[in-house]
Amino acid sequence: MSATLSGAAAGRSDACGGGWLGRVDPRVRIVAATAFAVVVVACDALPVLALALLPALALLAASGLPPGPTLRRMAAMDSFILFILVLLPFTVPGEPIFTIWGFQASHEGLAQAVRIALTANAAILALMALVGTMEPVTLGHALHRLRVPATLVHLLMFTVRYIDVLREEYLRLRQAMKARGFRPATDRHTYRSIGFLLGMMLVRAMERSERILGAMKCRGFTGQIPLVAEMRVGAADIAFATGFAAVLAGLLAAELALAAV
Amino acid sequence: MPLFELSDIRFAFPHRPPVLQGADLVLHPGERLSIAGPNGAGKSTLLKIMVGLLMPACGRVVAFGAPRREESDFHEVRRRAGLVFQDPDDQLFCPTVAEDIAFGPLNLGASRAEALARVDAVLAELELTHLRNRITHKLSGGEKRLVTLATVLVMDPEVLLLDEPTNALDEANEARLTGILEELPQAMVLVSHDARFRQRLATRELRLRDGRLGPA
Repeated sequence: MSATLSGAAAGRSDACGGGWLGRVDPRVRIVAATAFAVVVVACDALPVLALALLPALALLAASGLPPGPTLRRMAAMDSFILFILVLLPFTVPGEPIFTIWGFQASHEGLAQAVRIALTANAAILALMALVGTMEPVTLGHALHRLRVPATLVHLLMFTVRYIDVLREEYLRLRQAMKARGFRPATDRHTYRSIGFLLGMMLVRAMERSERILGAMKCRGFTGQIPLVAEMRVGAADIAFATGFAAVLAGLLAAELALAAV
Repeated sequence: MPLFELSDIRFAFPHRPPVLQGADLVLHPGERLSIAGPNGAGKSTLLKIMVGLLMPACGRVVAFGAPRREESDFHEVRRRAGLVFQDPDDQLFCPTVAEDIAFGPLNLGASRAEALARVDAVLAELELTHLRNRITHKLSGGEKRLVTLATVLVMDPEVLLLDEPTNALDEANEARLTGILEELPQAMVLVSHDARFRQRLATRELRLRDGRLGPA
């Protein structure tokens, strides 16, 4: 986990240095990523989906993220859907193309698997390039300004703030368990102990949240977190938004043209 | 034969300046050794190195007559040297006091009945029997401290390593803890800021300065 985190951190610093995409207004980037995902999901034709990978790759280049690690993270996401992709050709009925151990793979199923793989990868790549380079706090502020419910934004921002506190608490407790001779094994004692550990963390997290809320109330918290950073949409942001909208329109046009054939 | 013999211990946390730069420490049976030093001097780090929770970059740890290098070497050390953590909340994680104290003996392979018998014995010894079925996270600060001491004593250690044991204790609880520690036969390493506490208990005082241990 620390490897991916440091990778993300490295990516961010690169984005600040090299990628111009990092300077586009965060709200524009979030809307662009969402719009791209919607368009890619709406498209059905394989050539269009293959084509959609191009803008995603272009965004990756513009974001200044290191291509190697980013593509590896994309592959990590693929491992979640791999099972579905492999099973689809054998489960979707249709024209048979090949047979493995007596199981028939259908042309339609294979096409569907390729379609899902292309859609998912294009969308995740664009999301990583557009939103993944953002500081989590910036993401929270941008979402808030995009009228995402304040509760969800607070949830995100507190998660970002306290996930490390929880991780450290977990590690300290584990260390103290080790100091008393605990060695995890596959037995009842281990399950009980790990259960106690998680339960204790949950109880403490709830109490901590109440203390934090108390401390926030002492400083005048009423359910609104005032956001300091100003966000302005400039000429460059409008230019990016227009250009990106043109690309999306192009993809949709290609899809409609192919569907009409 | 000394219980612990650490020589030329060097340690640094990643991306931070080194905390220990050639620390030497010898602990003899029956000794109560105190270690003082400013915040962040590496006192807690040193205790964790003694039981193998942290591995030094270089240096030798000899405990109970054998050199200890790998994780597996330290299993025995952790049984024979009980570490009481600075923050009791880092140590107590079971729902009730009895279960938390039983955790150590169960790790050492005791049956449930044996473990509970030992729990009752140690609670009686420390006059904490009234806390037996209390919820650990609802104990007061002083009670938590005494219970963490019980969780370690129940394992019958030969050495006690105490990290700031008087932290956040009121006078009554501090006097009680000092009284208990005075009565215990174990050799101890006491990390403490509290000069009075050190003077009352320690048979030898050391100070950690610039990553090395020297006379106070």
